[in-house]
Parts: sequence; structure tokens; C-alpha cells
Amino acid sequence: MIETKNIIKGFDERIVINDVSTVLKAGRCNLIIGASGSGKTVLMKCMVGLFEPDKGEILYNGKNFTNMNRNERTEIRKEIGMLFQGSALFDSLTVEQNILFPLNMFTALNYKEKQKRVNEVLDRVNLKETNNKFPAELSGGMKKRVGIARAIVLNPKYLFCDEPNSGLDPQTSLVIDQLIKEITLEHNITTIVNTHDMNSVMEIGDFIIYMHQGKKEWEGTNKEIIYSKNKLLNEFIFASEFLKDAKEKRMLEGNLAN
Amino acid sequence: MTFFSEIGRYCLMFKGMFSKPENRKVYWKEFMRQCADIGVGAIGIVAIISVFMGAVSTLQTAYQLVSPLIPLSTIAQVVRDTVILEFAPTLVCIVLAGVVGSKIASELGNMRISEQIDALEIMGINSKTYLILPKIIAALLVIPILVIIATALGIFGGRMAGSMIGIISGYTFDHGLLDGFLPYNVFFALSKAYTFAFIISSISCFYGYYVQGGSLEIGKASTKAVVVSCILILLADYMLAALLL
Repeated sequence: MIETKNIIKGFDERIVINDVSTVLKAGRCNLIIGASGSGKTVLMKCMVGLFEPDKGEILYNGKNFTNMNRNERTEIRKEIGMLFQGSALFDSLTVEQNILFPLNMFTALNYKEKQKRVNEVLDRVNLKETNNKFPAELSGGMKKRVGIARAIVLNPKYLFCDEPNSGLDPQTSLVIDQLIKEITLEHNITTIVNTHDMNSVMEIGDFIIYMHQGKKEWEGTNKEIIYSKNKLLNEFIFASEFLKDAKEKRMLEGNLAN
Repeated sequence: MTFFSEIGRYCLMFKGMFSKPENRKVYWKEFMRQCADIGVGAIGIVAIISVFMGAVSTLQTAYQLVSPLIPLSTIAQVVRDTVILEFAPTLVCIVLAGVVGSKIASELGNMRISEQIDALEIMGINSKTYLILPKIIAALLVIPILVIIATALGIFGGRMAGSMIGIISGYTFDHGLLDGFLPYNVFFALSKAYTFAFIISSISCFYGYYVQGGSLEIGKASTKAVVVSCILILLADYMLAALLL
């Protein structure tokens, strides 16, 4: 379980995260949503220790991550997998070498076992026969899938995904969303996804946090989000006229059913 | 203020660089890759520059030594000492600051911008130890070797130019080379090579590792790494000459 307590983070006098406290659900897909610049990525980077919060605590199973020294953090980080917005694959390495990298670094497996594990995760993300390709030869969606494969190769307890759908077409986005959801359930991983894609919210969001200008504005499930009366949240999720109509229709159907 | 904070950050980079490698084999591979990148990648340009540098030294020395009282073998002595003391270590390292320095800075800068360094950190790898330390050690090993090769090729180029144009025969040149040779000069050249290798690799790593922004900033960092390395090389060149000669 990951818990954030009163996180405050600023850059040059500007407060980006303002007093955010939440408890993320273990073994579920937790989504952090909000408009661009609302502080989603900064919050996520604070959670994984890429940014140091100015104030507040981040707890992993009750252990205070913010106070840990480098060695203690390394132990926690071995349990973390992360998919970056731009995939962050190593350009000079092939797909196979990218996935082998954490295995080479942290396991004592022999060559055959490592190879088997690489093929397993590539198979899991439906990317067979791409072992010898370089990241530059892959499409955006394939890069994301390799990123997921690399993130899960060490069987992490926590999976962080920063805007997994950015730059992808709706169909590929759906594939990535489904993959994240399936992996979360299969391995009982606590997944945290940053997104502003409403499809993802409805498809995979078990628990949703809405951020607005650095503050946590709302939290709840994907069933509650539609009926939320939070004005800012409604403005965000029903930004398009199409969705507004859909909401009104759904509300009406709900009333008739009641 | 920026100057002092940059020096502070440069020192902190070294402090963060020394930690126990997560897996020695992977670090060894990275070290070997860097040796190949720095050494093999620069050997061509070093060879071309050295041969021509030696050739031009011979021609210019011969042009200036017009007195019949000075023996022709003096040309070889002047070329030898110029190449060993100054041309091979300083000129080659200035070229390497451009070739290797910009490559290191842009490679690390690109890794920073595309979040590859963050990915290493998330995996629990000390990115400074993994990315910077092998580059600096590889430069300390390979650049002095390149300087030794440059010295040999520079003297060879001088000998070839002298005998081709007919200024000085090969025999006289060889005789001059051995005449009054001081092994201390080689020690001095290698001291310079080690110092410059450290400057080139650490400065380039520093500017590349701490890039912020986008592709424009990678270019700026790369240029800054080369400019600062060149200035520091010249400064160190003067200081070492004042201290050791």
C-alpha cells in the first residue's frame, strides 16, 4: 500500500503540489487524473523518489520512503516498475537487451533463464519476434509495450505508468489500458497511472484521484466519478459537448430506472 | 553565484559517483564499451592530425633554421620535443574535447531529456556510478594511449615530410631524435594527458548529466562542455608547464 501524507512540492517559489494526502488501493489500478500542469507527474515522481517533496511523507507499507537512505530506497525501488511517458527505452540497446538490463543487474539467473524470462514478458505484451529490434524501429505503441515488459520483468509490487496513452491512437490506447489492467490483476500489483484520457478512467480506474492546480480536488471510484457533483471535476471530465450529452442521458436513464 | 553553485554541483557529482556497483559484470561491459567508443571513435582524427602536425613542424623548423652552423639533426630534436611536450598532448586533447566531449555531453543529455536516466534511478541503479564513472575511467585509460600514438605518428609524419621534400634525410632525422632525449619529457606529456583526460571526461559528463529542457539545451550543453574543456585544458597546460618544467 502506498500512502502520501500532506505532500508539498514547489519549484522556484511556485507550488506545484499543495498538501496532497491519499491512500492508494493495493492490488488495484489507481488513476491520477487532471489537466496538463495540474501536478500529476510531479506527484508521481515524488512517490518514486525522482523528486524530493519539500514537506510531507510517502509511505510504502507504512515505511517512510522520504526519510530512507540510498540503500533503503534501492530496496524499495527493486519492487517498483515504471513506464515513462516517452517509454525511456535505452536507444543503444535492442528490445531484448533493454529487458535483460534489470535482469543482468539484479538477478543471478543464468543466460537461458534470463532469455526465458525475456520471452515470457515479451509474449505477455504481445511482442513476439521483436527481440533484435532497436527502439527506433518500433512504433509508439510497441515502445510502450516494451516499456511495460521491462517494468514487469522483475515482478514488481508497484507499477507506475506516466501517461501511458500519450501520443497513441484510441485503439492502441485501449490495448495498452487493457494490458495494464490485466497485468495488475494477474500479479496483484498496485498500479498508479497518470492520465487525462477519460477512456482509461472508465476502462481501468478502480480508484481515481482528480488533481487541479496542484491540489487533490476529488477521489473516488469510476462509478462515482460520473455522478460526482464536484464542479471542477465535471468541467474536466465533461469538457466536450458529446460527453455532456452522454452524461445527461445516463442521468436520465438512472432516474427512470429508479 | 551561478559559478559557485556549478562548482558545488560538479563536486557533488563526484560525491554521488562512488558507490558499490550493483553488478560488476554489467559495469565492466559498460567500461569496455566506453573504451571502444572513446578510443576507436577518435583514432582516425588523432592519426590524421598527428601526421600533419609533425610534417608541418618539420617544414617550419627547417624554414626558420637557416644558419649553416646549426646541424640539420637539430630539426629532428625540435620536432621531437615540440611534439612530445606540446603538440601531442595539448593539441590532440583539444581535438578530443571536441570529438569525445561533445559526444559524451550529448549522449548523457539525450538520456536525461528522454528520461532514460530516471529509468535507471527507478530500477535502483546509481545513474552517476553507472553512466559517469566508466566514462571517466575509460578516458583516463584511453586518452593517454591516444597521446602516445599521436606522439609516434607526429614524429613519423615529421620524418616522412622531411625526407620526401629533401630537407633532412631519414638517417639524420633518426640521429637527431636520439640526440639529447630526455625521458622526463615523456613523463611530463603523460601527466598532461591524464590531467586533460580527466578534464574532458568529467566536464562533458557534468554538462550532459545535468541538462534541463529539450533538444536545444542538449546542443547548448554540448557546446558549453567543449568550450569549458578547452579553456580548462589551456589553463592546466600553463599550470603544469609552470610547475613541472
